[in-house]
Amino acid sequence: MITDLAQYLVSALSLGGLYALMALGLVIVYGILRLINFAYGELVMVAGYGMLIIGRSPWPWIFVAILSILCAVIAALVMERVAFRPVRNSSPTTMLITSFAVSTLLQNLALLIISPRPKVPRLPAVFTKNLRFGGVRIDVLDLSGLIVSIVALLALTLFLRKTVIGLALRAAADDFTMTRLMGVRANMVIAAAFAISGLMAGIVALFWIGNTRSTTPTIGLEPVLIAFIASVVGGMSSLKGAVVGGYVLGFLTIGLQTWLPRDVNAYRDAVLFGIVILVLLVRPEGIVRPVWSREAR
Amino acid sequence: MSLLAIDDIHVNYGAISAVRGVSLTVDQGEVVGLIGVNGAGKSTTMLSIVGVVKPQRGTIVYSGQSLIGQSPETILRLGIAPVMEGRRIFPSLTVEENLRLGAATKKDKQQVEQDIDRWTTFFPILRERFGKPAGNLSGGQQQMLAVARALMSRPTMLLMDEPSLGLSPKLVGDVFALIRELRDMGMTILLVEQNVRMTLDIVNRVYLLNTGRVEFAGTPDELRARGDVERAYLHGGGLAQKSASPA
Repeated sequence: MITDLAQYLVSALSLGGLYALMALGLVIVYGILRLINFAYGELVMVAGYGMLIIGRSPWPWIFVAILSILCAVIAALVMERVAFRPVRNSSPTTMLITSFAVSTLLQNLALLIISPRPKVPRLPAVFTKNLRFGGVRIDVLDLSGLIVSIVALLALTLFLRKTVIGLALRAAADDFTMTRLMGVRANMVIAAAFAISGLMAGIVALFWIGNTRSTTPTIGLEPVLIAFIASVVGGMSSLKGAVVGGYVLGFLTIGLQTWLPRDVNAYRDAVLFGIVILVLLVRPEGIVRPVWSREAR
Repeated sequence: MSLLAIDDIHVNYGAISAVRGVSLTVDQGEVVGLIGVNGAGKSTTMLSIVGVVKPQRGTIVYSGQSLIGQSPETILRLGIAPVMEGRRIFPSLTVEENLRLGAATKKDKQQVEQDIDRWTTFFPILRERFGKPAGNLSGGQQQMLAVARALMSRPTMLLMDEPSLGLSPKLVGDVFALIRELRDMGMTILLVEQNVRMTLDIVNRVYLLNTGRVEFAGTPDELRARGDVERAYLHGGGLAQKSASPA
């Protein structure tokens, strides 16, 4: 029982952490542009193909991983510059449709240039191993996902609290025009938001593909969907909401997987999203409310 | 030459024209009032200066440089800091973070720390609530924060849009006392206000806007001497009624 619980905790914290990173990447852009970037999943795909192509080099895997993350960051910056900047002052609907267009375009490019079939990138052998602590068996993939996601969350928190760009990113989510009236350049803030979203997608891609063990043109669909649901459950209005939503979704997913009866487990996602709907019925604004109360204004 | 010179600007929002040929100047070290009723074009003039709204016609020149078509961030960097209507503090950031963001363009870290120290001494309430979310401050405290935040950029000129709006009478008095202090420090200020009586007490010159045009420009005394304007804008219906009855 105790060993079950320990394994559950590690798996849930790992998956929840990765979901939280994904949701953060989506919300950090949404907070500023009011754009839900559905092409976000394709950044996971870009990192995945990055791993495939760069992985053919003789370099150690850690360099492959870092360069793949960099690919996602660059893709995010290019996406912003080419697709979203020209429609920045258009209606939210225009931006949303643009994100679908970018998503479709990137998927089809991958189909054309690479392959419609799953491709297996080089992954570190240690990802399939597990460690034993007494009677507790813990997958290395889970443990590394847990550690990396927490480190990334802490680093991002520090960045958002202690640097001027970080402050500007948070301020822009409150009031973008007023942030510009502080002398903060609009292009810089938006590019920073996209870069962070690429960074998150890239980090998540390592573990996502570490788990699926292959890359396909549509690999981004599920991550973006989960990121979207996690951020809605947690509360779109804050980055804290994205993190809480990510962990809640992670704990629910692993919990259902562990404890649902075997015959019901095929319907795990149906049960999961049923719970999500229930949460939203009770708290339509998401779990996390703003720390300041509007009445005080 | 004036520090800020606006010449004949026109601003339309779609079919509605909000500003129809406003001209005004502000000299270095001057406090200039911009008064008028709601919808007179005061805020639109202000938004045109800071680059949020682009006038269809006319020129805005600040220390020799045209501001028309410049982005808000560039205009702040030229030395014009706005205190916007409704305060517009960042509610989810702490008081400290609001102040630090006010100094976003400043590279000298030591100077930023000095300025934070200076303005939290000047506004003790900000020191008291330093680590708290700014959204939880009262309206008057938010106004103090908005002013302190603007001052963090070490501006040459401060634009203030209705700083007394929505505040209790006591706090309105505090805000005007603050503007007086800033004036005495030598700050150049363009003050948009509806509280005409208190504005006239602290400004060097005043512009009265009405339906998008300048109806009067001159010193507070000159404005007070004009009985018609006095009746219409300063005392409201009460005095108008009295003067209508045979004396």
